[in-house]
Formats: sequence, C-alpha cells, structure tokens
Amino acid sequence: FDQEKKIKNRESFSFWIPSQSNVCCPFKLTLSSLIVARVEHLSPPAKMKIMVAVKRVIDYAVKIRVKPDKSGVETQNVKMSMNPFCEIALEEALRIKEAGLASEVVAVTIGPKQSIDTLRTGLAMGADRGIHVEATGDLFPLAVAKLFKALVEIEKPGLIILGKQAIDNDCNQTGQMVAGLLGWPQGTFASKVVLDKEKQEVMVDREVDGGLETVCLNLPAVITTDLRLNQPRYATLPNIMKAKSKPVKKYTPEELNVGTKSDLEVVEITEPPKRKAGVLVSSVDELIDKLRNEAHVI
Amino acid sequence: MAIVRALRVPLRLRPRFSSLSSIAGSISTLVIGEHEGGAVKAPTLSAVEAAKYLGEGNSVSVLLAGTGSSLQDAAEHAASCHPSISQVIVADSDHFVHHLAEPWARLVQLVQQREGYSHIVTVSNSFGKNVLPRAAALLDVSPITDVVSISGPNQFVRPIYAGNALSTVRYTGNSPCLLSVRSTSFPEPTGLCDICVTHSYYCITDSIRKSRYVKLTSQETERPDLGNAKVVVTGGRALKSAENFKMIEKLAEKLGAAVGATRAAVDAGFVPNDLQVGQTGKIVAPELYLAFGVSGAIQHVAGMRDSKVIVAVNKDSDAPIFKVADYGLVGDLFEVIPELLEKLPEK
Repeated sequence: FDQEKKIKNRESFSFWIPSQSNVCCPFKLTLSSLIVARVEHLSPPAKMKIMVAVKRVIDYAVKIRVKPDKSGVETQNVKMSMNPFCEIALEEALRIKEAGLASEVVAVTIGPKQSIDTLRTGLAMGADRGIHVEATGDLFPLAVAKLFKALVEIEKPGLIILGKQAIDNDCNQTGQMVAGLLGWPQGTFASKVVLDKEKQEVMVDREVDGGLETVCLNLPAVITTDLRLNQPRYATLPNIMKAKSKPVKKYTPEELNVGTKSDLEVVEITEPPKRKAGVLVSSVDELIDKLRNEAHVI
Repeated sequence: MAIVRALRVPLRLRPRFSSLSSIAGSISTLVIGEHEGGAVKAPTLSAVEAAKYLGEGNSVSVLLAGTGSSLQDAAEHAASCHPSISQVIVADSDHFVHHLAEPWARLVQLVQQREGYSHIVTVSNSFGKNVLPRAAALLDVSPITDVVSISGPNQFVRPIYAGNALSTVRYTGNSPCLLSVRSTSFPEPTGLCDICVTHSYYCITDSIRKSRYVKLTSQETERPDLGNAKVVVTGGRALKSAENFKMIEKLAEKLGAAVGATRAAVDAGFVPNDLQVGQTGKIVAPELYLAFGVSGAIQHVAGMRDSKVIVAVNKDSDAPIFKVADYGLVGDLFEVIPELLEKLPEK
C-alpha cells in the first residue's frame, strides 16, 4: 500500500510537467518530488505507452432484429466484428508508434469470453499486448470507464484512444467519462491527431457541428476517434500468425476492485415506428404534383 | 481565474416558481445552455422544452457560461425566452470563452454540488456530447444520452443500433439524473414570455489548464442551419464531384433549404464534414428531405428517418433508400435536378 502511494505520488508529478506556458498555479512540492520533477523535466519520457479500447459489436452491415420478447437485439448466429471506431482508434495508435512517438500499444477489451476474438484481431493489426477484462451482462459506460481507469492506474499509459461511440448502443460516453475520472484533457470526435513529444502535447482537430475545431491538449490525454481520422489496415497473414503468441492478460472486475452494479436498468427494447410504405413516381411532374397536393410540403 | 459577479435584478417572479429540490421528491432541472451573439441558442430551448416532460412543477434553471457583455445579453434573453425558465445562472470567466469540456464539466459539478438539482439536461449536439458524459463521471452517475422520448422523471427512450431499435431505460440511481435530448424530438416553442429572476454564480475552476482552444474552421454560408431547417436537400457520392454538388446547392437555394450530404460525399471531399447526415453525423427531422444519389445505407437513414416526407431520386431501383422514401423516382439525378429547378416555383 505504501509502495502504491509512492508510485502514485511520482505518477501525479509527471502529469504536472507541461511546458512553461501552461503552468500557472503554484502547489506544494516536497523535496523528493522536486528532484523527481527535475529529472523528468530534463528528458521527455522516452517510453510512451498507448492504451486503446476495442469493443466486440454486431457487424455494421448486419440488419439487426429485435427479439420478440423485447428483451434485446438478436445476437445468436449474427456476425460480430470490432467496432469500426475502435479499428480507427487502434490504427491511429499504431501509426503513432510507427512514427517513433510511442513504444507500445496495448489493446484492451471489456466484455464476455468471446471478446477475446476482437482482442486477437487487434493484436493481428499490430497491438503489442492485450488485456481482457472478462465481464458478463450489460455493462454501461460508467462501469466500463471505471474499469478502464483501474487499468490505467496499473499500465500508466501516456495516451488513451477510444472510438467515439460503439455502433451497438451509440452512447458516445465512455471516452469522455474515462477522461473525467482521470482528470485528463479530452479531444473527442478527432479527425486529425498530431503528437508533439517534445512539448508533451497533442493537437486534435475535432469534427463539431460548426465545422472543424482544433484544440491542444497536454499529455497524458484521452482521444476519441471519428470516421475520417484514418483508414484502418487489414491484418496481414504474418501478423495474424504472430498475434497468436502475443501476451493477453486477463482480469475480472472484482480483481480491479470495480463494482459493476448500474444505476440504469433496461426496461425493454422495441422496434421504431414503421414508416408508411412509399410510392414510386414516374416523372418529375408527378413528383411535384404529389409534394404540392398530397404531402403539402411545397 | 474566476470573476464573481453579484448582479441581482429584482423583477417580476413567475407565479409557478417552486423552490429547488431541497424539498424531497420535487423536480428541479438545470439546463446546460449555449449562447452566441448575445442570445440563447435554439438547441438550449429544446432542452428546456424537454424538461417539461420530466414532471409537474419542474423549476428550470439555465446555466450560461462565457464572458463579457455578450454573456450578459444572453442571460437577459434567457430570462424571457421560454415560459418554463425560472432562473438563469451565469458563470463569467475566460475559461469559458471557447467552451472546452474540462472547465465546463467542472462547472456543472460545482453548480450541482451547491444547488442539488434532480435533473441536468442538455441537447445532444457536439457540445452536449462532449460535456455531459464528463460531468456525469465527475458526479459518479450514468447519463442517458440522445433521448427521444421522456415518460416521467426516470424513464427515457433512446435509439440504439443506428435507430433500428429503441431502448427504454429507467434511471434507478440517486440525483442527479443527467440526460441529453435530441433537439429534433423536442422542437422549441416560439415567442417571448415573462421575465424571471436572474442569478449570478461563483465560478471556481482549477487554474491549471490542460487543454486550450486553437481555432475553428467553418464554412460561411447563408443556408439555413442543417439541424433545424424545414427542408433539407442531400447529395450522395453519385454527384461525383464538388463541382456537381453545386446543383444540390442551387436546388436548396430554390427551396430555401439546408444542404446535407452522406458520409461518402464528405469522405470524397465534395463538401465539409458539418453537412454529414447520419448515425455519427447530424440527426435531422425536417418537413421535407430530398435525397439525390443516396443509396440509403443504414447509417445514413439513421440520421433522417424521422423526416416527415422523404423523397429519393436514384438510378438504381434496388437502392435501399426507396424502402424508406415516401416518394421515389428512379432516374438520373443529372436530369432530374435541372428539371426540378426549372419546374419548381420560386420560394
């Protein structure tokens, strides 16, 4: 426990070493932490680890079916894949590593036993190591974020990249929650990421309602990826073979000391209201006529 | 650092003003508001409108943050822009000039810790999506995002699987209940109303800033805003070039419409990203949606399926878009659009 505290103190210090322009508030320093600060400030961290979250979801091209008992969506015998936004997240991490700015990419998945397949895909794409937190049942983003935070405290990455949303629940929450729990800055809906290792910052272009917003974040930071950030690579055959022997560490939520009981309850899953069937018109004249006289929209 | 402003303007109190949830069981809502050019933005009014459905006697406070006279003007506008608003809270600090998520989430946390609302509501636009979950994490609650229907203080419906299923969820935690709503599901009312009490607030945020705004790149346009236009004209990849996309713009101009695009068209560089309609782009629900050269992929349909009338023009009679269109025309858009331009009446 003491050891943990010591590590925590050292660790919290490395967060407070941004470039001069960003430091604007004095705080208590102990002598030992001052020494640590000086040493860490002299040489920028050489080994930056990137943690990437990957989720196993129903494939984006599948036409989903709601179960007749309204308890959920049919997943039996349905094609499952890595969430497309997670592929983009992993691709970005791999590119950063290949540019020499990170030393290791760790892929993390949180889910049932079968999620290991998605993790193996991530390893085949090029992640160095995998972590699988095995958890069954509906896990809402808050629990996922807490589990992620527990892993961050073990792994101590310098950058976390997640997909902006999972295409099953379309929540778009987890990245922001991880950042909030850690007290790290967030760059969401990223369409461009440029890391500056010297300055220990990252410039993120974000796709927002009004266009493209650029923000600059101190590392360590959390980034969530949007569609146009990159085109993910396919796993090559040699990499698929290599992936089989890459290490995967398993955890349970209990081992990470995270409760997964939720403050949300799914009451039912239903189909959306069906639209009335449409008609085919045979000419522009007919279209204009219908829009004017039938639909009354022009 | 924070600036404390203590302006207390004694104005007519609204008759239905009820005190905050210090009374057990009562509902009180904090709406996270946005403002621009000295006025409250339309999405904020959607959030206030949505708060009505949380329950009777819901007292709504709007939180505005920023700096300077435009903030004060917006606060005055907020005081009279919706009958449900009984309080306006203003946080004045240069932390909020660019509405970054980190100071905003911290502000929401502070306001909640001090005032104890039962609900915190925002709209699920890119601002709400960026801020609300972070604030929820700080408050240790699960937010419910992208809500399309509210049936009481604790039960909400939200789309999943690109809107191909609806999930009804119940919030079983303690206050506050955090939610973001789809503005298309809660259209804002028009007209002004009684002025209510304006309040000011201490804004104490951490002075160490880990993020900073650099710039915004946006297109200047006279087209109506895609998010709340009555008519939307969308082009897909079949337009083949940015030059051809001008046809879509001409048609939009004729109809007084906003211009939308599919992901494919944005990826191909025909138009900027803020025109993308779809599961991960903008969700629109106009009176009339015209789709030209759009195949109708699940992810695109997710963004426009709630439109009142959908028209599709595509060369391929098997395109999935025809399954969701009210009126479909199998034809070449390069012939149909000029014909429409010729035959449609001037707006």
